[in-house]
Amino acid sequence: MAKSRSFSVLPGFGLSLGYTLVYLSLIVLIPLAAVFIKTTELSWEQFWNVVSSPRVVASYKLSFGASLLAAAINAVFGMLLAWALVRYSFPGKKIIDALVDLPFALPTAVAGIALTALYAPNGWLGQYLEPLGIKVAFAPLGVLVALVFIGLPFVVRTVQPILEDLETELEEAAASLGANRWQTFWYVVFPILLPALLTGFALAFARAVGEYGSVIFIAGNIPMVSEITPLMIITRLEQYDYNGATAIAVVMLVFSFVLLLAINGLQAWTARRTGRTL
Amino acid sequence: MSIVISKQAMVTAVPGSASATRFEKNRATREPLWVKRIILGLGLTFFTIFLLMPLLAVFVEALRKGLEVYWHALRDPDAIAAVQLTLLAAAISVPLNLVFGIAAAWSIAKFDFRGKQILITLIDLPFSVSPVIVGLMYVLVFGASGWFGNWLVENDIKIIFAVPGIVLATVFVTFPFIARELIPLMQAQGREEEEAAVVLGARGWQVFWYITLPNIKWGLLYGVILCNARAMGEFGAVSVVSGHIRGLTNTMPLHVEILYNEYQFSAAFAVASLLAILAVFTLVIKSWVEYRTHKPGH
Repeated sequence: MAKSRSFSVLPGFGLSLGYTLVYLSLIVLIPLAAVFIKTTELSWEQFWNVVSSPRVVASYKLSFGASLLAAAINAVFGMLLAWALVRYSFPGKKIIDALVDLPFALPTAVAGIALTALYAPNGWLGQYLEPLGIKVAFAPLGVLVALVFIGLPFVVRTVQPILEDLETELEEAAASLGANRWQTFWYVVFPILLPALLTGFALAFARAVGEYGSVIFIAGNIPMVSEITPLMIITRLEQYDYNGATAIAVVMLVFSFVLLLAINGLQAWTARRTGRTL
Repeated sequence: MSIVISKQAMVTAVPGSASATRFEKNRATREPLWVKRIILGLGLTFFTIFLLMPLLAVFVEALRKGLEVYWHALRDPDAIAAVQLTLLAAAISVPLNLVFGIAAAWSIAKFDFRGKQILITLIDLPFSVSPVIVGLMYVLVFGASGWFGNWLVENDIKIIFAVPGIVLATVFVTFPFIARELIPLMQAQGREEEEAAVVLGARGWQVFWYITLPNIKWGLLYGVILCNARAMGEFGAVSVVSGHIRGLTNTMPLHVEILYNEYQFSAAFAVASLLAILAVFTLVIKSWVEYRTHKPGH
């Protein structure tokens, strides 16, 4: 480090990097380490008993299953929305474009109670779904709806810039060589969008797995049926079972970190494909 | 992680109707009308159901029992205490992360050192930690049976189930926002201007104040506004460390939860509507900053 510093005439390297490392350690690294250190108080068997108890396993299935499905729904509709926002002009487009980021800006608890109000049996949407036998609020389907809301901006905002940068020459060349519109999309445009689409999918998935605030209001939190994994941590905490809470947290953290590495890989791939750094 | 996305919006070509006509007029880049209608129809239906309706529902539910009930819910002392605590948590955590963001971006963008990529990944780490785990972490460190539990009790310092815990949790969940905004921006701007200033005799603070700051001011505002929205809206992490003591450790989102669980729906939505207004305000400023930074010749 000292060697590379001699190349720069700018001041403040030691101060800024030192402050960054101290602040990062105090706020993020040391508290995160506490979670892993706490689990060492458990024997392997105790740890396994907690993380493989039937109620917790049911929560993994719901959390991961609903998150995957929500990310897939967002991949399809997020792509359609990104396409519409880039390729078509229509009234209210600027407002819609700005509102796509609403799930980033709206507090999750507010989103949670608003979605519950919409999908409750007497709500705007629930009153039409209930007679059809579709129960959304206070059921696993409600978890899915909340996770779709939370993950919505990710795919739109990863695909949109790539679509905007796309040279029209590529599609013109495809068209002049006799490709129809669908062939042009499938063989020319889609492969360029794919890394960004997968990145958006993975980001939406990662966010959905850890989500708490928007889900707990609409889920109904029925044991074995509609409990998400973060709620299992809360339940243990409320019983002052810190070891149990920590064990489940470690499972989630390890999963999140693996996902983070995968996302970094996807972003590097996108950058290589499109020359754009995410 | 969210910022990884929003940052892009800043460096992209201007999203607007002008750029769409370029595609719509070109036979090679437009779809048949019926395909266009299906894509628009599906996309806008999805937008309406999942974004527009939840936002409208907040205001409709808040005003369902009339303005009287609405104002009453907002004038409740517990609601006012919650607003004050939320403002306090944001007023502490946003400046802390602002100083950190500038320091991190300065070291990463203006100097070369080993492990830079690892540092950037570590700064992003808080985005991939579930809010509930954030709360748990601080309970394990500062809680009564945590690492510093005994010492804190002996010295009569309360962090968990008190305001400091709420601030800490808020700092963690908003940690990367400003740094993630500034790092790519300052990397793209390079070092030449600052180096020239130093060679001409400027001091460190002068370089920052007269060269760097004017260059990054829009990115800075962008990061601050998103950081602030998250700081005021955080629920999961704050919920774990708060203890839900009315009038003392309740933030606005927690107050919404309590009212909602007590079936005071109109009151819950009334407080929620303030947060929804904040969200809309955030999006307006964000769009405005994007518009400013896209201006031709900028």
